[in-house]
Amino acid sequence: MTEPSTPATGPASVPASVPASGLVGVPKVVAHLTDGEWHRLHPATPLLKGGFALIVVLGYVASNLRERLLGLFLPRFDNGGDPVDYVVRNGIILQVLGVLALLLVVLIGGFFVSWRMHTFRITSEVVEVRSGVLFRTNRKAQLDRIQGINIVRPFIARLFGAAKLEISQAGHDANVQLSYLSSVAADELRREILRRASGTRVTEASTAGQSATGSAAVAQSAVAQSAVDQSAIAQSAIDQPAVAPTGTLLDRRITEFRAPELDPDAAPPESVVKIHLGRLFGSMFLGTGTVIAVLVIIGAAIWISVTGRLFVLVFALPSIIGFGGYYVRRFSKSLRYTIAGTPDGVRIGFGLLSTSNETLPPGRIHSIEVSQSLLWRPAGWWQIRVNRASQTSSRGSANQANTTILPVGNLADVTAVLKLILPEFVGEEASSFIESGMTSGGSDGFTNSPRRAIWLRPLSWRRNGFAIVPGSLLLRKGAIWRRLIIVPQPRLQSVGLHQGPLLRRLRLASIQLHTVHGPITANLGAVDQVAALAFFTEVAEVAVRSGYADTSHRWRSGELSA
Amino acid sequence: MNRLELPGVTWRRVSPRLVWVELAGGAGSLVVLLAAGVVMFLLQVWIAVVVLAVLALVSIVNLALTPRRVRSIGYQLRGDDLLFRRGIMWQRFVAVPYGRMQLVDINRGPIARGLGLSELKFVTAAAAAGVTIPGLTEAEAEELRDHLVSVAESRRAGL
Repeated sequence: MTEPSTPATGPASVPASVPASGLVGVPKVVAHLTDGEWHRLHPATPLLKGGFALIVVLGYVASNLRERLLGLFLPRFDNGGDPVDYVVRNGIILQVLGVLALLLVVLIGGFFVSWRMHTFRITSEVVEVRSGVLFRTNRKAQLDRIQGINIVRPFIARLFGAAKLEISQAGHDANVQLSYLSSVAADELRREILRRASGTRVTEASTAGQSATGSAAVAQSAVAQSAVDQSAIAQSAIDQPAVAPTGTLLDRRITEFRAPELDPDAAPPESVVKIHLGRLFGSMFLGTGTVIAVLVIIGAAIWISVTGRLFVLVFALPSIIGFGGYYVRRFSKSLRYTIAGTPDGVRIGFGLLSTSNETLPPGRIHSIEVSQSLLWRPAGWWQIRVNRASQTSSRGSANQANTTILPVGNLADVTAVLKLILPEFVGEEASSFIESGMTSGGSDGFTNSPRRAIWLRPLSWRRNGFAIVPGSLLLRKGAIWRRLIIVPQPRLQSVGLHQGPLLRRLRLASIQLHTVHGPITANLGAVDQVAALAFFTEVAEVAVRSGYADTSHRWRSGELSA
Repeated sequence: MNRLELPGVTWRRVSPRLVWVELAGGAGSLVVLLAAGVVMFLLQVWIAVVVLAVLALVSIVNLALTPRRVRSIGYQLRGDDLLFRRGIMWQRFVAVPYGRMQLVDINRGPIARGLGLSELKFVTAAAAAGVTIPGLTEAEAEELRDHLVSVAESRRAGL
């Protein structure tokens, strides 16, 4: 393995105990973790990862043994054929205990060694993790390729003040996980990694070493300015948690536990959207899942009343439990939902007991869908989902959170969230585009399907259309299930144009905007043939142009030169 | 007919020898269909015979259209993107900026290899794009691949 020396961070020159001066603004714990050297994870990691299972098993064995011990002193002559009896009868208690102790030692040793061998380091370019005892793995992630950083705090880990840091990379299950870190360090570390990834103020990390030795090497005005900004921001961020560590360990845990999911960051920590409990309940019970559940129940009721057999309940019961679980999961995930903009992207947090809190840097959202199911229409509720380049399979049911940016919100909420995730698409005009894209039809800036499309889109032909706005491509469709799909131009991979025999007879065509795989497919059918051709030609050009102009992989690299 | 046509594009066509590759594939499935039909005929399962006959008819029409379909495949290397088209009944156009390229594959099936043909696959981060240019001569495919790699390098865009 190569160990590139990183002059930017100067691993050798910065001792771990350098105090964070006011100008540097990087807290001590993070300055230590990001010095480019190898570090270990939180000491409670083995316990949190699998140790609890071991303790439970041990407890079970011990409680069983207690019964046995009682039986030993109060003999009841229940000579069953189980191993403990066998051991007692053959007088090999000591040997067996020895083997058990050895096993225990090996297990604990294994956990310990695996913790010792699990190391990570963060340089100015990469995050690297080494793990495994017999089978070594080494995963290196380029910082400018980060798709998002997620901090997950499972319930038990939260009690220990530990958190899991997940750095998503593009690709299937290509995440770098740092589990577990101390909760405070995770927040600070994320900010630091994002700062390095953003491409701006990379130089500032080097000033950590310089200012520590007392030299004010930051003479360039731009750098100095940004450093001052940063220090002011970071200082305010330090102040906030500084309230907690004054107390005892228990106090600190409680404070951490009650802290809002948006950690006090450089951003205005106000969530732009608040989901009221009533709305959350309502949105869930007016969802598609409920429709299916009701249909299933009606079906079962009819079946029972017709055939008179209760046999079907055998099948119905598990599915009812399944639905219940689904609702509880969705509910607990959507509780305490927050979304806010930070200079390093959008931050989305949620969860009641187990919490999750993810930062998506700018330019990591590949397409956006604002949708409204029929049942939500009277209430005027909408949902926002996105396509992202990173897909995690390991999260199972929690996957929903990965792509659902806004579980439920009204028109104002949707506009606020879209403004956050599409920073280049704001203003009066944009708002009117969003609104008409979501709700209305007719000639309002969108190029709609012609009247003859009524054969294929009997209800929605007035509304079925597209618009090209600065920075984005908009597709709207559906009269019953209303949808607005927004593809940021720099994220467009390619554009397609189709025409089958039926569409050709009607002089129509369909258009596709290809983005990374996800829940959203950006297609629009039954568009006028001439308009579709013009769209194809223009979007092909736009895709090239915006691809060149895009710098979002180093999203703040422009700031220094500006 | 109101055929879709992009103005001002001169398509580079693929080798006419691709017809034989496609014909061989189509003929293979036709033989299987006919064999199954004969078996069903002997077993006197008439519904299956009718279904298989219809399928065979469709595949014969398909075979007859193969030369035209092959002629419809075309691509053009524009300044900053690759334009690709195929299909006569179901027309399909795709434009991919070079900078979006993730990798280029060259595949050769057994029959295509016998005829000296290759298939070039242009892979982006979007699975749906599916730009696969069949029927290139081996030299052509390799030249195209090297060209695409070099232009993609100079026009590299993020994800």
